Amino acid sequence: MNEPVITARGLTKRYGEAVVVDALDFDIVKGETFGLLGPNGAGKTTTILMMLGLTDVSAGSAIVAGYDPVRQPLEVKRRVGYLPDLVGFYDHMTAVENLTYTARLMGFARNVREARIADALARVRLSDVANKVVRTFSRGMRQRLGLAELIMKHAEIAILDEPTSGLDPQSTHEFLDMIGELKREGVTVLITSHLLDQVQRLCDRVALFHGGRILVMGTVPELARQVLGAGFVVDVEAAAAPGKELPARLGAIAGVRTVQQTGDVTYRLTADHDVRAEAARAVVAADGALMRLSVDNPSLDAIYTRFFEKQTATDGEIRNAA
Amino acid sequence: MRREGSPWQGLGTVLLKELADHLDSARMMLLALLMVLAAAVPFYSAVEQLRTTTSEDPFLLLKLFNPGRTLSVMQILGFVIPVMAIGLGFDAVNGEHNRRTLSRILAQPIYRDALLAGKFLAGIIVLAVNLTCLWLLVVGFGVYFLGVPPSGDEFARSVVFLVTAIAYAGVWLGLAMLFSVLFRSPATAALLALGVWLFMTLLWPQIAPFIAQQIAPPDIRYLLLGALDPQTYAWELALSRFSPDLLFQEAARTILTPTTQSLGPILDQIRQLRGEVVGAALPLRESLAIAWPQAVGLIAGAIVLFVATYVVFQRQEVRA
Repeated sequence: MNEPVITARGLTKRYGEAVVVDALDFDIVKGETFGLLGPNGAGKTTTILMMLGLTDVSAGSAIVAGYDPVRQPLEVKRRVGYLPDLVGFYDHMTAVENLTYTARLMGFARNVREARIADALARVRLSDVANKVVRTFSRGMRQRLGLAELIMKHAEIAILDEPTSGLDPQSTHEFLDMIGELKREGVTVLITSHLLDQVQRLCDRVALFHGGRILVMGTVPELARQVLGAGFVVDVEAAAAPGKELPARLGAIAGVRTVQQTGDVTYRLTADHDVRAEAARAVVAADGALMRLSVDNPSLDAIYTRFFEKQTATDGEIRNAA
Repeated sequence: MRREGSPWQGLGTVLLKELADHLDSARMMLLALLMVLAAAVPFYSAVEQLRTTTSEDPFLLLKLFNPGRTLSVMQILGFVIPVMAIGLGFDAVNGEHNRRTLSRILAQPIYRDALLAGKFLAGIIVLAVNLTCLWLLVVGFGVYFLGVPPSGDEFARSVVFLVTAIAYAGVWLGLAMLFSVLFRSPATAALLALGVWLFMTLLWPQIAPFIAQQIAPPDIRYLLLGALDPQTYAWELALSRFSPDLLFQEAARTILTPTTQSLGPILDQIRQLRGEVVGAALPLRESLAIAWPQAVGLIAGAIVLFVATYVVFQRQEVRA
């Protein structure tokens, strides 16, 4: 399962003097779900378009599904499904007609086409409206129809550009479940987003993208260690007996990096492992009353916020937004 | 660096889809109706006029298209064809952009070539079908009302006229599609295309002589005689032939009026001054030879505009 299906080496896009994508290097292995995160205008969509051969590559190279998108774009596009940001369909045609057009462009025979379209629409729960014109569809339904297109193509790689932007929470939830299904079927998924909790839920690995460059890349816990300096955040709510210095005792626990007082009786610890047991012991040893003890898994949100703070300021103190 | 795979892959699919879209659309219906209604009036007056001269005229069928004195079907087509062609093409590419379908369609295994060529061919086919229908109506009703079957030569000439009209339609379709690639807003594209058409049809015939006089000032001797300086006139003709409208009118007139022996108003005027009534009718082959440069000009214009559209579209960014 470790063969890369998407490889970028020095992938660069320039518009005149402006460098939009700057010498990207990354590999995405088969079956992996990879998240590309970054603020708007970071070059995410341009990177995707280069991988599909829809925009010229200024320098470097990419191999997608075993083909070079610059020279063999048809082979790449046959194997890759692309769901653009705010996908559009022909409003005067029905869901089935829209997918039939795509299927014809793919060159599927009629019997294959009909079966696959019916199956894909069922998968995204649009069978009821299969013969309604797309004009009547909501944003969420259009997005699901876009996903049906990828399913119908039997895409090996699904590239989803901001797939949940503009969806209500219910639709977002359903949509993410559908992406999860694709992933379970072994489809390699590349997803760009700035909605971090979603990406965290789905992705095996993420890359933080800024100014056309991948700044850090890895699993969420790895990023947490790299960016936050610690992977775990433990909240302690405890009233210590008078005269016993609780922060100092908490700070003395092995593995704790920082202790921050967040309220009268609340403290936040950052640590490189789960230190709840030690923290409880420390409170008890200080004759304190332990009221609450909780651990947060490292949140991508915190990593992201922290990371882009770091990009601008270089203050040394580690704070946590978790 | 060569790309692999056929540029025509998916062309048929795009063509069929675009054809179906055109034929289903209310816009198409309106344009076809406009064309038939606009042609009905001159057709009717031509029939009325010809009924009185049926026995004397050897080219009845051609007179139906171009009776000479009054407003003719041919002249009406000179106006209606650009409107139809622009109406079909002005939102070809920017419409896809605005519906956000372009990046989705281009992510399928086709090249942009197929999308653009498919759209252009679909437009030409629809225009050709419409013009052929109109042609059949004119020929059919003409034979019915006048009761005289056309000769083989007349029939051949009217078919050549039909082909010329389709080439003329191609020029305006090419222009409309070029603007649909250049401008993101369909309204801008439509207005500019119509603007170019009006300029070429109404203003250019006034401007061209003026420019010609600047380039080659007429010799005083010709002016004193009240005649045109041939050099100035050559420039004027060359410049005014940049207008597709003039090319179409010239080619159509040559084909539909077998007595046309040369193009340009001078000789016609001279003949009229001399009181010459009709020259001998030329055989079809010679009429074709006279109209050939004009017809080729129209086809070349359509191709040049399509190529320009193609080049701009290939370099355009897909993202919205």
